[in-house]
Amino acid sequence: MNLHASFTYRKVVDRMMAGVCAICFIAAFIPLVSVLWLVISKGAAGLSWAFFTELPKPVGEEGGGIGNALVGTLYMVGLACLIGLPLGVGAGVYLAEKGDGTVGQTVRFMAEVLSGVPSIVIGIVAYALVVIPMGHFSAWAGAVALSILMIPTLARATEELVRLVPGSLREASLALGVPNWRTSLRVIIRTALGGIVTACLLAVARAAGETAPLLFTALNNQYWNVNPSAPTASLTVAIFNYAISPYDDWHAKAWTASLVLLIVVGLLNIASRVLTRNRLKGAR
Amino acid sequence: MTPAAPAQAMSQEKPAPPPPTVAQQPPPATGTDTPFKVEVHDLNVYFRTNHAIRHVSLGVLPQTVLAVIGPSGCGKSTFIRALNRMHDLVPGARVEGKVFVDGRDLYARGIDPVLLRRRVGMVFQRPNPFPTMSIYENVAAGLTLNGIGGNHTEIVERCLRQAALWDEVKDRLKHAGTSLSGGQQQRLCIARALAVEPEVLLMDEPASALDPIATAKIEELIHELKEKYTIVIVTHSMQQAARVSDNTAFFYLGELIEMGPTAQIFTNPRERRTEDYVTGKFG
Repeated sequence: MNLHASFTYRKVVDRMMAGVCAICFIAAFIPLVSVLWLVISKGAAGLSWAFFTELPKPVGEEGGGIGNALVGTLYMVGLACLIGLPLGVGAGVYLAEKGDGTVGQTVRFMAEVLSGVPSIVIGIVAYALVVIPMGHFSAWAGAVALSILMIPTLARATEELVRLVPGSLREASLALGVPNWRTSLRVIIRTALGGIVTACLLAVARAAGETAPLLFTALNNQYWNVNPSAPTASLTVAIFNYAISPYDDWHAKAWTASLVLLIVVGLLNIASRVLTRNRLKGAR
Repeated sequence: MTPAAPAQAMSQEKPAPPPPTVAQQPPPATGTDTPFKVEVHDLNVYFRTNHAIRHVSLGVLPQTVLAVIGPSGCGKSTFIRALNRMHDLVPGARVEGKVFVDGRDLYARGIDPVLLRRRVGMVFQRPNPFPTMSIYENVAAGLTLNGIGGNHTEIVERCLRQAALWDEVKDRLKHAGTSLSGGQQQRLCIARALAVEPEVLLMDEPASALDPIATAKIEELIHELKEKYTIVIVTHSMQQAARVSDNTAFFYLGELIEMGPTAQIFTNPRERRTEDYVTGKFG
């Protein structure tokens, strides 16, 4: 093979590989677009102000909404955040700063195992831990299940993000006579904060989209509820119930509720982008 | 400056050390009542089993610049980091010996490294401004991070002027510290170190990541800072040591081979190894 031929050969391989990559990209893109397209095309028709604000109506009656499920999802995810975010972020910071000992290794290993546990199993655990002692389904039980789901992934993500902060920043801060704990808090965690906020919002978005852990913890509720000790409706369980029903009207509602859920999750993602934008001019 | 007597060099010749002369003896181990701002007595640093700094003793007079030179891996940085207890952070590092600043032993019981580091500032090899902070906030960081709130405009301006950066950044104090060029970032870090009003400034190869023009600015700056501060600078550049320092210490394999007035070290060193190094026979 002379030089010229090998050059042509390399150009051909280059084009081919570029083509393969483009095809892979499109193949990966098709499911995303089709999910969006399907949900929007089937769900958009049902969108109305009433759908967000009204309670569900019995079979056969026109109209009605999923207001209680939307509020229930936000409410339970909020409760789950109260439990899960501090624990998850705190554990992650601990792992990054002090996690090289036996305790740290154990916690890290547990977090890894836990993050691989299917969410239905976590639902059963929450059922055993909260529902059985309380004697009934409740928003608390749902929130506990969701928070157990959030903690391990959040802890691992936070740890990675804190570890990414260059050690030179810690040195710079300590050399200014800043105590260790203040350095951790105001330099290290502050620097990683953008990433941590993103990780939190992604964890929240994931929790908002979970059905399995809620099925036998928060169960469902046909009415408005903000009492944490009572069963509570959620978007995901509402979608599940609507989708398995035999009624066309409810099927349409399932699509619309799916669209609402997508919008909620999408807003969370956008919020994470906006919140973590660097406020400083000229920042890289 | 008269770089006459301050050099206290310890020769570590082996196997048969020459009889110590007066000039080679370490300063008396009291630490008080000496002319020195910084005094080091028989300093040893270990990283686990590695004996990185071996029996170093020397003294630095106030308002002078000491340059620490030597080939890579000779312990220059390790030595300078022992002067504000940065080794406390390194797992497995152990420091023995005494380091006096104004007659107080840094490694004595009950000395808080946090308070110490406010008196002994440090500038690192690579500029490391805080990425989440503006130029202004970076300079004020030593105050705000230590819980001193309020308006630091005057201090920020003074320190930026001292660091010869004010004119270049005065119109964009709110921009990110990391938006500056490398040389500017390093001067920003110097300004940041000055804001906590240290008495001693440690500089660990502050110009090694910079271009010649930025380097010249930093060197000029060192000349000016000498009026107020006692400076210990590590450098791999012998030209730089010759330009900025009053005294020079030559380290080799963790030992202080020779220390003396800079002119003497470069023109008439006592030790053969020093001569070989400064003339470029090894390095």
